Amino acid sequence: MKLTLKVWRQKNNADKGGFVSYPIDGISKDMSFLEMMDVLNEQLTEKGEDPVHFDHDCREGICGMCSLHINGKPHGPQQTTTCQLHMRSFSDGETITIEPWRAKAFPVVKDLVVDRSAFDRIIQAGGYVSVNTGGVPDANEIPIPKKIADEAFDAATCIGCGACVAACKNASAMLFTSAKISQLAMLPQGQVERKDRAEKMIAQMDAEGFGACTNTGACAAECPKGISLTNIARMNREYFTAAVTTENV
Amino acid sequence: MILDSKIPAGPLAEKWTKHKFNMKLVNPANKRKYDVIVVGTGLAGASAAASLAELGYNVKAFCFQDSPRRAHSIAAQGGINAAKNYQNDGDSVFRLFYDTIKGGDYRAREGNVYRLAEVSVNIIDQCVAQGVPFAREYGGLLANRSFGGAQVSRTFYARGQTGQQLLLGAYSALSRQVANGKVKLYPRTEMMDVVKIDGHARGIITRNLITGAIEKHAAHAVLLCTGGYGNVFFLSTNAMGSNVTAAWRAHKRGAYFANPCYTQIHPTCIPVSGDHQSKLTLMSESLRNDGRVWVPSTVEMAEKLRKGQIKANDIPENERDYYLERKYPSFGNLVPRDVASRNAKYVCDEGRGVNETGEAVFLDFRDAIKRDGEDTIRARYGNLFDMYQQITGENPYQVPMMIYPAVHYTMGGLWVDYNLSTTIPGLYALGEANFSDHGANRLGASALMQGLADGYFVIPYTVGDYLAQIGPSPVNADHPEFDKSIQEVNDRIQKLLSIKGSRTVDYFHKKLGKIMWNECGMARTAEGLKQAKADIKALREEFWKDVKVLGENEELNQSLEKAHRVADFLELGELMIDDAFNREESCGGHFREEYQTPEGEALRDDENFAYVAAWKYLGEGQEEELHKEPLEFENVKLTQRSYK
Repeated sequence: MKLTLKVWRQKNNADKGGFVSYPIDGISKDMSFLEMMDVLNEQLTEKGEDPVHFDHDCREGICGMCSLHINGKPHGPQQTTTCQLHMRSFSDGETITIEPWRAKAFPVVKDLVVDRSAFDRIIQAGGYVSVNTGGVPDANEIPIPKKIADEAFDAATCIGCGACVAACKNASAMLFTSAKISQLAMLPQGQVERKDRAEKMIAQMDAEGFGACTNTGACAAECPKGISLTNIARMNREYFTAAVTTENV
Repeated sequence: MILDSKIPAGPLAEKWTKHKFNMKLVNPANKRKYDVIVVGTGLAGASAAASLAELGYNVKAFCFQDSPRRAHSIAAQGGINAAKNYQNDGDSVFRLFYDTIKGGDYRAREGNVYRLAEVSVNIIDQCVAQGVPFAREYGGLLANRSFGGAQVSRTFYARGQTGQQLLLGAYSALSRQVANGKVKLYPRTEMMDVVKIDGHARGIITRNLITGAIEKHAAHAVLLCTGGYGNVFFLSTNAMGSNVTAAWRAHKRGAYFANPCYTQIHPTCIPVSGDHQSKLTLMSESLRNDGRVWVPSTVEMAEKLRKGQIKANDIPENERDYYLERKYPSFGNLVPRDVASRNAKYVCDEGRGVNETGEAVFLDFRDAIKRDGEDTIRARYGNLFDMYQQITGENPYQVPMMIYPAVHYTMGGLWVDYNLSTTIPGLYALGEANFSDHGANRLGASALMQGLADGYFVIPYTVGDYLAQIGPSPVNADHPEFDKSIQEVNDRIQKLLSIKGSRTVDYFHKKLGKIMWNECGMARTAEGLKQAKADIKALREEFWKDVKVLGENEELNQSLEKAHRVADFLELGELMIDDAFNREESCGGHFREEYQTPEGEALRDDENFAYVAAWKYLGEGQEEELHKEPLEFENVKLTQRSYK
């Protein structure tokens, strides 16, 4: 395959950045998208040009590190992570536009690399059950109906890649935040801190500068792990319940 | 130096309990006076950092990824073992211990492995309490499956994403401690060196991957939880960033490196499709519970397949060779990983491989789908089937999967004693970074178990014992040793940047990988290893003369990061070769062609090689010095492993 890559280049956060076009040839349909980027970088390096920086690690769709906005869609045309996207999804002669995630809360570090530490801070605000190591009950003393365990699991599969934010016209992090709130709200282990958790995580989400949700559902449509919009509904309910009820005894 | 494993005396089942009592404690009010550095935030690192912070120590946690949640533990699929015996099928701590020792081909320490089996039950309790959504039965209790060479169902799992769920559990505990101010996180930061003062590890030197700043961090103890070194083979199931650098720098500062040649080649990976391949993808070995492994009975039939003249489903039952079921009737498709991998190599070497390259075998779900229905199979392996289809473009519900072995895990690592201390006091190694529990071959679903055992339940005790002994006098990074180390790190960076040669870093990495895979992979010979040693030396010289690293240090520079890691792999590779050459026997993942039974099985030499080979670094360009730690077996009888 012969392609033209229109790639966002930005030296660092202070730089304005812009698109640079690179023609590329000899791409096989069996390559993953990132392997195609490897080929580009080998060629650039050989010519003495700075290779394109992008985040990636496991390359099997689970670590959530890869993050390219391809032809206007996070992770490209398929509902997968970029590392699982293969060149058979593109046609010969195509021009492919590659950009970083665009969101105020995800500042660009260099080229296609962005800073997603805001997600870590949202989890730090309450995305856990406060148990110390040791001193916990036997695992089978907490029976959980299979249906609920499965629902919680579906929410827990979020990989924290940020595609939901990138897909959203408001750069909202509702899908990410709601996945964790929902997982723990459904499980018996999460009950004790349920209200506090919803309030604190949402407050942190707002403080990071993510936008509001207008229920267009672009996030769920682009989520490589198929995290459902139901989680946002659950989070809204959790937030509302927390606001109108009290823990005071 | 005599290697003292510090295994406590007394009966196996009482060693850990007694040892816990005998270890010194740090007064609760004094814990805040101690600083501990944790490098790596996978299962071992995140669980250790969280647990130590909960106890009250001040922890600094470092990872090279943009978030601790990305560590490669996240990619583990199949499950985690624990001797809960929830299934009433005869499991026990002793059985898990026995299976692990036997599975490791009697090259692990009894004491360590027994402790691992013992604390395995606590891990499951801990993870469930954190909200880890393990698979459950309709009655609401936890589900189990049998996995990779075990005859009991002791594996807990969360679909095919167990590693992800366990890591997110440990990450949540870590995040809670970050919020509490007890852990300071340093993402996108790479460890460049260990700093020793008066023989004890007292800190590390790091590089901030965004700004290039070289920084010093002092602490009372340093924990390396930096994973394995499978990427020395270039192609492996490891993440692209997984590397040996932290462990290797520690090795060069005096930590012995043990059994580097023990590499696990995982039998069920998606085959290589071309030269562009950057990594290999594992298909969980749980697939072998329902999938049947086969190749055509004849070379002629295999040739037709490779030419595309016939399809897998056209081959009649009597012309299929279910070779694992045929050769190992009692374990069948569930033989341990090393046995399954080697047999795949044999049938492909015979010319019966089934894809274009001739390096693939079938893993067929036809019979399982007929028996249990497609929906049941989808519920068990849906995400794995989807992943397979995504990568290969084929639908495994309709045609058999194609698989081939790939490098997956390294049993070798930094030598540690029972307390997980390396040969440098104050420097600990946890999880895959150490060598201690899996012998020459790791059983499936045991890596997650070991990472979390080390982090949650072993290190909080053993590091406390060390800290209580050295006392809480403050540490700081003003000591000249820190500046000396910084100077060395800076010199190396400048050297890499100033070579301005003609070959990219990947060029060298791929070449190294080929040498390692061909001569130090699934089968090894003295002659091949000798050649490989010479080839690696030559390649390393070429690297330092001709590598091309663009850009500067003071920016995000992924080529420079890679160059550092590959430079270390080029040194480690040679040590792996030395170790494989020294070990004149076959055991577990280490198969020397000269040492095999008439049936082609691994032939151990317990008389001469029942020891841990621990290597000491002596200096640039010098051969490393071998130290032997004899392995003593008081509770199991060494037998030829048989899965027939």
